[in-house]
Amino acid sequence: MGARPTVRGPGTTRAARRLSLGARRARCAWAFLALPLVFYGAIRLYPAADAVLMSLTDWNIVGQRRWVGLDNYRRLATDPTFWKVMGNTARYLLVGVPASLGLAFLVAHQLDRVRFGHALLRALYFVPHVTTAVAMAWVWRWLYQPVPVGVFNDLLAGLGLPPQPFLRSTDQALYAVLVPAIWAGLGFQVVVFLAGLEAIPEEYYEAAAIDGARGARLLAGVTLPLLRPTIVFLVVVSSIGFLRIFDYVYGLTGGQGGPLDATKPLVLRIYETAFGHFQMGLAAAQTVVLFLILLAVSLAQLRLLRAR
Amino acid sequence: MSTRQRRARSARPLAWALLFLGGVLMVTPLGYMLVTSIKPNAEVYELSLLPRAPTLDNYRRLGGASGFPRWLLNSAVVAVLTTVSVLFFDSLVGYTLAKFRFRGRGLVFLGIVSTLMIPTEMLVLPWYVMARRLGWLDTYWGIMFPGMMTGLGTFLMRQFFEGVPDELIDAGRVDGLGEFQLWWRVALPLVTPALAALAIITFLGNWTAFLWPLIVTTDQNLYTLPVGLASFSGEFQTEWEMVMTGASVATLPLLLVFVALQRYIVRGVMLSGLKG
Repeated sequence: MGARPTVRGPGTTRAARRLSLGARRARCAWAFLALPLVFYGAIRLYPAADAVLMSLTDWNIVGQRRWVGLDNYRRLATDPTFWKVMGNTARYLLVGVPASLGLAFLVAHQLDRVRFGHALLRALYFVPHVTTAVAMAWVWRWLYQPVPVGVFNDLLAGLGLPPQPFLRSTDQALYAVLVPAIWAGLGFQVVVFLAGLEAIPEEYYEAAAIDGARGARLLAGVTLPLLRPTIVFLVVVSSIGFLRIFDYVYGLTGGQGGPLDATKPLVLRIYETAFGHFQMGLAAAQTVVLFLILLAVSLAQLRLLRAR
Repeated sequence: MSTRQRRARSARPLAWALLFLGGVLMVTPLGYMLVTSIKPNAEVYELSLLPRAPTLDNYRRLGGASGFPRWLLNSAVVAVLTTVSVLFFDSLVGYTLAKFRFRGRGLVFLGIVSTLMIPTEMLVLPWYVMARRLGWLDTYWGIMFPGMMTGLGTFLMRQFFEGVPDELIDAGRVDGLGEFQLWWRVALPLVTPALAALAIITFLGNWTAFLWPLIVTTDQNLYTLPVGLASFSGEFQTEWEMVMTGASVATLPLLLVFVALQRYIVRGVMLSGLKG
């Protein structure tokens, strides 16, 4: 393609020179790509295939891999802990995505109209996103402590309300983990929503104003439909985030996912199966399940974005 | 920007005040952490925002009595080296895929981009097996090798290099530069903003990375900050001011980077969609 024969000059020699340049550049390209291709083959594609193969074996890391076919998947299907962590992961997803997107839209929609202090306000919301989850988990763990250490319970006591167990209760712990996770991701979603809102041409609003659309009707008729790609993107990205939740759970529960597995998500279960119980095959099978779910979410995004 | 200015008429003082209040609430946990890290032990359980007798004693103690200085060093080494590698390789590969014409180019691009679909969680088990067999457990290389190149960075750099005009590269060739020099001296300086964004998201991602470093290190001397912090409870179990000091040490570099490079960070994080 790049080496098209030229019509000018003494054609043959020029064409030959350009061809040789094209060939030389192709050789260069492969030279530049050699090491990266080895990397992507050895560190991405081969391990991915190995994970699938591993999921079909019974293996404790030290001994021999024993082929067991689909046994690991059958075991998962009847394993109550697996279904427990799948249920927890679904709750993180089903509560986390609408709550965080709703909040982020509320903030972004107002922030979009603010000129005074816009950058400062945006920065305040964004800063928690630029932190280390494990460090922030400690801070939140501290805030959740019982009286007299924990700030939240001190505040409740000050208001004359009963103290809450938060991370120590099987009912509340999952939500006590979810709040910091939403908090940390909110700024990112606000910023993406802001970019989406700023991209909506002013003409749409002017036209809607002439039609007399205001408030909720403007929101439902103009803003939200035009934000559709942004919303699809954020739903997918945050769904993937909540499906893979790990750092905050690990940090807030000391790596246990407790009390009584009440906060344990799929990824923590994978970690525990592999590096706590050394059941590599069973752990690999769970990573394959996670992969298939994430793949489905990504494919759904493509379909949603095309169907316009 | 101009659309926002035209819409500015609808901003109300009440909305502004609520937004500001919400923003302050967002940074309150961080504020508490930092304030507590400079409080003497006696003041820790007071709700007061400002310490009466601020002190750096907690930081000194942390530096003297724990693995923290080493973890800080490990995190810095890992994050910096990985970032340098990612900048070099992702931009070289992105450039090659954008500016060279050769048979198989589309396939290579597709292959690299398809690796984005594979979640890290699925790769960590084979990586661990590999690292164990090759003796990479508890080494810097073991922590770093999975992140030395990224499909996402390659994809982004390719997009940016496609915007570089071919004429500039051809002009460089006329001047007698070799292909590597054309990339290094001509093309690379033209995509500096993209490189900056990639550098920041890579650094942030590696500084905060947790799952893989947790798996590949068992020797405390090789812990990165997040892994060290997660193991922190034993040593300073009930001394929350020490825990907050540790958390501050892990967070302060990120806050400094954020304040200094806010513009690039917001852009970079938006480009990547996800950190880590």
